Amino acid sequence: MSRRAFDPFWLVLGIVTGTYLLFWIGLLGAAAVHSSPYDLWHALQTREIRFAIGLSLITCTLTAGLSLFLAVPVGYLLARGRFPGRAWLDAALDIPIVLPPMVVGLCLLIFFQTVVGHLIECVVPFTYTVAGVVLAQFVIGAAFAVRTMRGTFEHLSERPENVALTLGCTRTRAAWLVTLPAARRGMFAAASIAWARSLGEFGPILVFAGATRMKTEVLPTSVWLELSVGNLEAAIAVSLLMVALAIVVLASVRLMGERV
Amino acid sequence: MIRFDNIGWQAGAFALKNISFTVPDGQYGVLMGRTGGGKTSLLEIICGLRRPTTGSIWLGDRQVTDLAPGERGLGYVPQDGALFPTMTVREHLGFALRVRRRPASEIARRVEELAGPLGIAALLDRRPPGLSGGERQRVALGRALAARPQVLLLDEPLSALDDDTREPLADLLHRVQRETAVTVLHVTHQRSEAARLADVLFRLDAGQVVESHLNEHLYV
Repeated sequence: MSRRAFDPFWLVLGIVTGTYLLFWIGLLGAAAVHSSPYDLWHALQTREIRFAIGLSLITCTLTAGLSLFLAVPVGYLLARGRFPGRAWLDAALDIPIVLPPMVVGLCLLIFFQTVVGHLIECVVPFTYTVAGVVLAQFVIGAAFAVRTMRGTFEHLSERPENVALTLGCTRTRAAWLVTLPAARRGMFAAASIAWARSLGEFGPILVFAGATRMKTEVLPTSVWLELSVGNLEAAIAVSLLMVALAIVVLASVRLMGERV
Repeated sequence: MIRFDNIGWQAGAFALKNISFTVPDGQYGVLMGRTGGGKTSLLEIICGLRRPTTGSIWLGDRQVTDLAPGERGLGYVPQDGALFPTMTVREHLGFALRVRRRPASEIARRVEELAGPLGIAALLDRRPPGLSGGERQRVALGRALAARPQVLLLDEPLSALDDDTREPLADLLHRVQRETAVTVLHVTHQRSEAARLADVLFRLDAGQVVESHLNEHLYV
């Protein structure tokens, strides 16, 4: 058997990929070695940062759940529905992904100054509240979850669902019994992506929910607040914590994905 | 009985026009035609998965054109089996009865009744990814027969199988049809399948269906 000839094409691709990976490892490594483990541990023990960790975990989990609740029906509609204007709807649902995050926050702020917004706030106050943090995270996190669920449903054949219809199911029951169980890993991925995206959300939260310590402070807000008072160790500690959480989420999604 | 009465259907430039033919009660009907000629679309029209633009469909003495797929009393075996990816073979065989909210004891009894003759009794706790092509088709057949339909629709059930698997499955289809007296419409482009199984043979050509005979020119 002859050896395959060396192809510089793959070498160039490998160099580009390796350089990009090294760049990221360099960035994270620089942050990690900038401060001692003691400083990092000390920073994570402060009352404000513990509050931010707790609030981030709670709001991201709520956002992930709400995003999934929206993404399953919308993703299904986009993947299976055949109706006029579908392409426009599909494009419109990407708007939160392409809008600058600050603009999303500004849109939320302005919306809740309208009559409709005031009426909603009579029931649930959003502006500068924890509910506002969740809403700001949701606006963007849900868009990513919808993309993921749409892709999931597009990859699942429609034929088993059609067979279920012939066996006596209604459309809803066929989707519930056949398609949703098959989509469970996609649902996990969608919720995880919404969760991870929400964890890093900063712009809309700053504009719409504010950056009040011990009230609407989530982890990205902590990084910004600590940097603004020159406490670099605390900012790095929180950043590294967020990196660790992001890696855990990514690894979970990969592990689940490989079992599909 | 399966009766097409002046059925028309159109999708873009492709059209089926004035399709009228009948598979008599308890007979094994085979519909032949070229790949891409509309055979699967005709089965999906019977199932209620596609809506005809003209005409009516009769199953037995019922006009079913406007009924939902699940109200038509038929069993459907798509080309690749289209098994439910997360369910075990046992759950597949019990699915139609579960949907009808039958008692668990009745479902279990029916699963046992089906699994033996179909040769899948040893597979009841397996899921689709672990099944061979022939096993998948047997499971799809059992799932379609579970609620004792009047009519069984088979979409190229043997085409993806190797010779060693095709022969026993063709025997099984023949035996099941004779034992249950279900009215079958089996679509295929294989002359050998038609020769082996058909009581009554039809040919779909240029959007029209005509009754045919094996000694006439057929697509191979």
